[in-house]
Amino acid sequence: MAWLSGLGAKGSCMTDYDEHSTTGGGFAVTSAGRAGAFTPEQFGEEHLKYYQAAAEFSRNQVEPRAEDIDHKKPEVLRELMQQAADLGFFLVEVPEEYGGMALDKATSMLIAEALSPVGSFAVTYGAHTGIGTLPLVYYGTGEQRSRYLERLASGELMASYCLSEPSSGSDALAAKTTATLSADGKHYVLNGTKAWITNGGFADLYTVFAQLVDGDSLKFSAFLIERKTPGVSIGKEERKLGIRGSSTTLVILDNVKVPVENLLGEVGRGHKIAFNILNIGRWKLGIGSVGAAKYALGEGVRYAKERVQFKRPISEFGLIRQKIATSAQLIYAGESMAYRTAGLVDAATAKLDKSDPEYFKKAINIIEEYTIEASILKVFCSDALAFVVDEMLQVHGGNGYTEDYTVERLFRDARIMRIFEGTNEVNRLLIPATLLKRALQGRLPLLEFAEQTKKELSGPGRLPTRGTGPMADEARASELAKRAVVYCASYAATKYLDALKNKQRVLGELADAIAHLYGMDSVIARAERITQAHGEDDELTKVHCALASLYCFEARASIFQSLQRIAMMISEDDELDLLYERLGKLDQRYRVDVMGLQERVAEYILQNDGYKLSH
Amino acid sequence: MKILVALKRVADPDNANKVKVSPEKIDTTGLEWKINPFDEYALEAALRLTEDGKKPKKREGEVVVMTLGPKEVETTLRSALATGADRAIRIDCTDDELDGRLVANALKTVIAEEKPDYVIFGKQAVDGDNNGVGQMVAELLDWPMATFAATIQEEDGSLLVSREVDGGMCTLRVKTPAVVTVDLRIVAPESVYSKLTDKAHKYSDGVRFAALPAIMKAKKKPIDVKALADTAGGVTIGSNYANFEAPAARAAGVKVEDVAALVDKLANEAKAI
Ligand SMILES: Cc1cc2nc3c(=O)[nH]c(=O)nc-3n(C[C@H](O)[C@H](O)[C@H](O)COP(=O)(O)OP(=O)(O)OC[C@H]3O[C@@H](n4cnc5c(N)ncnc54)[C@H](O)[C@@H]3O)c2cc1C
Repeated sequence: MAWLSGLGAKGSCMTDYDEHSTTGGGFAVTSAGRAGAFTPEQFGEEHLKYYQAAAEFSRNQVEPRAEDIDHKKPEVLRELMQQAADLGFFLVEVPEEYGGMALDKATSMLIAEALSPVGSFAVTYGAHTGIGTLPLVYYGTGEQRSRYLERLASGELMASYCLSEPSSGSDALAAKTTATLSADGKHYVLNGTKAWITNGGFADLYTVFAQLVDGDSLKFSAFLIERKTPGVSIGKEERKLGIRGSSTTLVILDNVKVPVENLLGEVGRGHKIAFNILNIGRWKLGIGSVGAAKYALGEGVRYAKERVQFKRPISEFGLIRQKIATSAQLIYAGESMAYRTAGLVDAATAKLDKSDPEYFKKAINIIEEYTIEASILKVFCSDALAFVVDEMLQVHGGNGYTEDYTVERLFRDARIMRIFEGTNEVNRLLIPATLLKRALQGRLPLLEFAEQTKKELSGPGRLPTRGTGPMADEARASELAKRAVVYCASYAATKYLDALKNKQRVLGELADAIAHLYGMDSVIARAERITQAHGEDDELTKVHCALASLYCFEARASIFQSLQRIAMMISEDDELDLLYERLGKLDQRYRVDVMGLQERVAEYILQNDGYKLSH
Repeated sequence: MKILVALKRVADPDNANKVKVSPEKIDTTGLEWKINPFDEYALEAALRLTEDGKKPKKREGEVVVMTLGPKEVETTLRSALATGADRAIRIDCTDDELDGRLVANALKTVIAEEKPDYVIFGKQAVDGDNNGVGQMVAELLDWPMATFAATIQEEDGSLLVSREVDGGMCTLRVKTPAVVTVDLRIVAPESVYSKLTDKAHKYSDGVRFAALPAIMKAKKKPIDVKALADTAGGVTIGSNYANFEAPAARAAGVKVEDVAALVDKLANEAKAI
């Protein structure tokens, strides 16, 4: 992967960075909060109705049966899936000609959020409608789609996505499953074992990735395999820490003869299918984590109001209120980033002509464009969820450690989010790698921005100054942080060139810093929009601004801590002095009334029995 | 069969603590709204009466929903259209222009124009708990009325309506056209039978969910808007709101050690026994 050769291209100093406000990764160089980011407050009536329909279904049908689902009571989950199908929840992303509704990504994310409280159901639903059905939607031929899509959308058939194997998880392309063309050219014969397959136990249609043997070379490709095909067998159900009600099994292929018509997409392009479908999965995993975190926060808040110690409800104690506020600020950041990304994708997709024969190819290109954002959502939101369920369990004290309280299940169910759809490590590595690759391809003026930063640093009065409004400090901090991150990223890239890809610790720190840039930018844009709509003195504005401020305060500190670690990792002594001097100029602190803002947030959340800031 | 259902939006009780109260006015900005639960039950009853319970997708009659309020209430109407109503009527006005008598008069005008077989109301709205409009409308139309329905069974040209009373059920037969108000039992699995629905059929408990495609289609169903002045028949608001105040915050409860302590507190502190 020669993604860093050719460095050193000098950009012109006339670059208009804000032109990149809708480019994937563009947030790293655009001015803070000015990107016209889509926010959850902009959802229209129909979006909200879809969300409410799903939320009501979760509340009335799924949540009351969470325990039965967890204990794998036969058929409960299947029955709920059929009900979900009858209510049209499988139609969301299916094209109209196959009976679907072809709704936008924002809707699919709203529904993923609404269905998140019971992890087993959410994962089953997500695997079927997302990674199970979408490969056909985006890559299927007309004939393949008409054979299966309608039945997948109606719930007649259930779907699975089979990429992982016992010996290849993160290194998915090293799969050992093979496909060979039969002598008569009519079939591919597949052999191998797929592992960890969600819905494996009951799916009717498997999208299987395998190495197509073509002479001496192996060509990674995708195949549609029906469960009833001879040679397909299913392993026993895995006994899992969380999402216990969901089905996870091996899928074993022993000389399975698949008709050649069931090759999905092009030979040797299986990795494209695998990764682009995962991209979509990552946004949904992100927003699903946000939804589960909101649910956990609600559980914690309810408990905190009722539990009395030292003659006071524990919700009155500062350390409990801090947990509530800190959880809420992470939820706020995750939610703002997630729906902003949906807005970007949907705005670009809406410009496409649905009758264009290349429509789905172009739609996939849009999804690929925002792959950095997809990885950020996956990592940030699943980490945030881990924090929130942990803290809300802590709020429950000993009770939280027992099965009698929902938070115990939420804690277990949350853990998978950091593992599947690309581990958080794998996604962290992708974030800076993709950003730098885009810079080299000339798609993002990252190196120019770093050059400009150097110039700004070389003389007084050239750095961005503080504007006005309730987010003025945060906006400036975000501007400075972008400069610092991009400067460090390009410093490291210039120094190590291709070898940077092996400096995982540097990349990991960069990933976190970049994710926080997106987070800061997104919450600032949202709080500013709310301020414009309702005025600075409005109570709700104040809560939004408090959340944005609290998050930015932590994010800024975390970014500079990451950059400091990077500086130490990549420099000799005198270089370190230079880096520290430059970073020092960008690392400008400002005053935030952390306690007061936390109080405001905690009070709002306690009064409303939960997050209740959006839909 | 044609049924009119009157709906009212009420503040979502989960968010009711956001209400800002001043002596002159209840400020409703920022509130989340829902269909009044009893009106949801009325709609469910109307839908059950216009279908064969086994084939609910095939509509066997017309259900029209109506409400009074500003443009925003159309979202409430569209929710009803998504669950199965065919069309909607909105009488344009603001919430503080209204009282029960005016509402009843305006609805009467619409009902007289629409000439339905039945009008179904929720027994009361959970915001004001007045429990009056249904009865007033029946009086104004001079139609038979059955209130607090727990079960409804359709017959030829009439409805057999039962309400729960102490120790049993009180059953009335009302001939079309008639007004019925419903209680919460009406959405139980065996509460409502149209002539087409097999008596052995059991509904699932509660109101039906809107399927996503129905939400999409509801956008295209017609909402007819009428002016309050054109429907009120000269009636104007008769109630004068003198003052609004928020209820006092509830004092924290106490836990008592045992039954004896409870009895003591009830007798001596609360003076309830
Ligand atoms: C409940 C469940 C459901 C699943 N559902 C599906 C499904 O439906 N379809 C499907 O195809 N798969 C599914 N998976 C598989 C899942 O995607 C993999 O478990 C995941 O990709 C990790 O692979 P692995 O388990 O082999 O771990 P490994 O790849 O062995 O990783 C082990 C550890 O090493 C780290 N690591 C690996 N490579 C690197 C590297 N280059 N640099 C730094 N760190 C590295 C990882 O981050 C991880 O922490 C599921 C898994 C589970 C547990």
